[in-house]
Amino acid sequence: MNPIAKAREAVTPSGHTVPNRRAGGHDTAPDSGSGPVVDLRGATVRVGGRTLWSGVDLRIGTGEFTAVLGPNGVGKSTMIKVLLGALPTAAGEVRVLGARPGQANDRIGYLPQRRSFDTSLRIRGIDVVRMGLDGDRWGVPLPFPSTRGRAARARVDEVIELVGASAYAHRPIGQCSGGEQQRLLIAQALVRRPGLLLLDEPLDSLDLPNQSAVAALIGRICHQEGVSVVMVAHDVNPILHHLDRVVYLAEGGAAAGTPTEVITSETLTRLYGTPVEVLRTSDGRLVVVGQPEAPAAHTDRHSGGPS
Amino acid sequence: MTLLMAVSPLSHPFFQHAFLAGTAIAAACGLVGYFLVLRAQVFTGDALSHVAFTGAMAALAFGYDLRLGLFAATIAMALLFGTLGRRARPDDVVIGSVFSWILGLGAFFITLYTSSRSTTNGTAGISVLFGSVFGISAGSAVVAALVATGVALLVVLMARPLLFATLDEAVAAARGVPVRLLGYGFLALAGISAAEATQAVGSLLLLGLLAAPAGAAVRLTDHPHRALALSAGLAVLEMWAGLFASYAVPRMPPSFAIMAVATAVYTATFLVRRPAHVSRARAAVPTGP
Repeated sequence: MNPIAKAREAVTPSGHTVPNRRAGGHDTAPDSGSGPVVDLRGATVRVGGRTLWSGVDLRIGTGEFTAVLGPNGVGKSTMIKVLLGALPTAAGEVRVLGARPGQANDRIGYLPQRRSFDTSLRIRGIDVVRMGLDGDRWGVPLPFPSTRGRAARARVDEVIELVGASAYAHRPIGQCSGGEQQRLLIAQALVRRPGLLLLDEPLDSLDLPNQSAVAALIGRICHQEGVSVVMVAHDVNPILHHLDRVVYLAEGGAAAGTPTEVITSETLTRLYGTPVEVLRTSDGRLVVVGQPEAPAAHTDRHSGGPS
Repeated sequence: MTLLMAVSPLSHPFFQHAFLAGTAIAAACGLVGYFLVLRAQVFTGDALSHVAFTGAMAALAFGYDLRLGLFAATIAMALLFGTLGRRARPDDVVIGSVFSWILGLGAFFITLYTSSRSTTNGTAGISVLFGSVFGISAGSAVVAALVATGVALLVVLMARPLLFATLDEAVAAARGVPVRLLGYGFLALAGISAAEATQAVGSLLLLGLLAAPAGAAVRLTDHPHRALALSAGLAVLEMWAGLFASYAVPRMPPSFAIMAVATAVYTATFLVRRPAHVSRARAAVPTGP
């Protein structure tokens, strides 16, 4: 009845890469022992005859946290679509989890850009997480207890614990706050132990405390569970100190590398074609000022800088 | 006394046919209705109730079996809504003019029918509008029950991926769930259910059978699979209650009795005070019907 699900079951148990906590060294080339989770070479994407970005080289190793940054309309979400195999590249080569894009989607956790759930939606958070585990199977779960049902419930509880959502997982998801919904959706993306997590603007529409809390959660999952993360964001500041690697996309050009390499006044000014200043705070953190669309909350501390 | 009243009608063939067809139709409508409510597509059911009448009348006017027109019209309308997109909802002027025009077309066909062919079945228009479940023949009852059972089985088969596609379309698509195909398939099943429900409660009232049990189930539980089962169970119980009530009080038409019970149950759910937070221990105890 469902060859896809059968093939997936056959693949999943052996499909995980061994969690491998990186020592924190910002080396440009990932160790050649285990192949890169994401490998882009000279990737170029055209949508409707317009070249969004071209010549992007990017290698992401196991357990690395990568951010895709840049202004609106530059094709950040398109990068996610390319990695999911939903959009072909016009040139260059793309490998995801050692396969062509779209071939390994069962080992990818995906969190699309979204508005929140309708407040009247009466589905519990735990059911939304459970859908990530077996929502693509045909039929309904059998109403009587079974080994598979118990294992599934245990895994769902475990991943809800991991994201710290136990307190509200049994509430209707429509009644959860934006930050709570985002944690439950991250749990949904994680529930099948993916090797790669693709997050499209997960901090959007969250207030500042929730932004940093969710960013810290993603950073912790990435580094502790050995899941590689590719996160699209338009504001780098809340996630900057968790990042291993950044990709900046701008009109026509791109820059990829470690944060210290890419997030410099020269590189960003060149990419955006407008003065951008990168400041270092007293505790060693980088702050990007003057980048297009940087929220006012971050610019007011450096009112003397260009804007 | 009540037991006697409840058992005796089953000895009459007309009641047996109504009971057989009604039970299967109610189960199918309860299952389909739950997803209509969840997908915010109840409006599609409203559109279906308009074309059901016109389709049936057109088939009669041109000399075909009434059910042929019924099924063709509802399935075509459901698929049309599929192409318009999930949250498609025409503006008020379109509803006011086009839907009235469709009903007017039905009035035209019924006139055509009564002036040319109505020697055999003069009240067909009324029975399509308001249903005639006690007048259903043995053959029609078996066909209706088989079709409804098929619809119910298909909804159960696709329940989980459809739920995924309903709540999380982008993620489901990335996972390989055939989101578009499921959307069309579900609407086709909704069209078939509407045509079936027309035979039981009539095209004017079918929306109640699709929406009321599902609406009540959604209010009673947050658990999606439990709500699906509860919706089907409530629909069947409401159908039974309506049939027996109508048998006991012959002046009360079955369509009215069924709709009255369905509306009463839905209204009663507003009186149920749900705990603001369901504890883990309570959630583990099955509370389904």
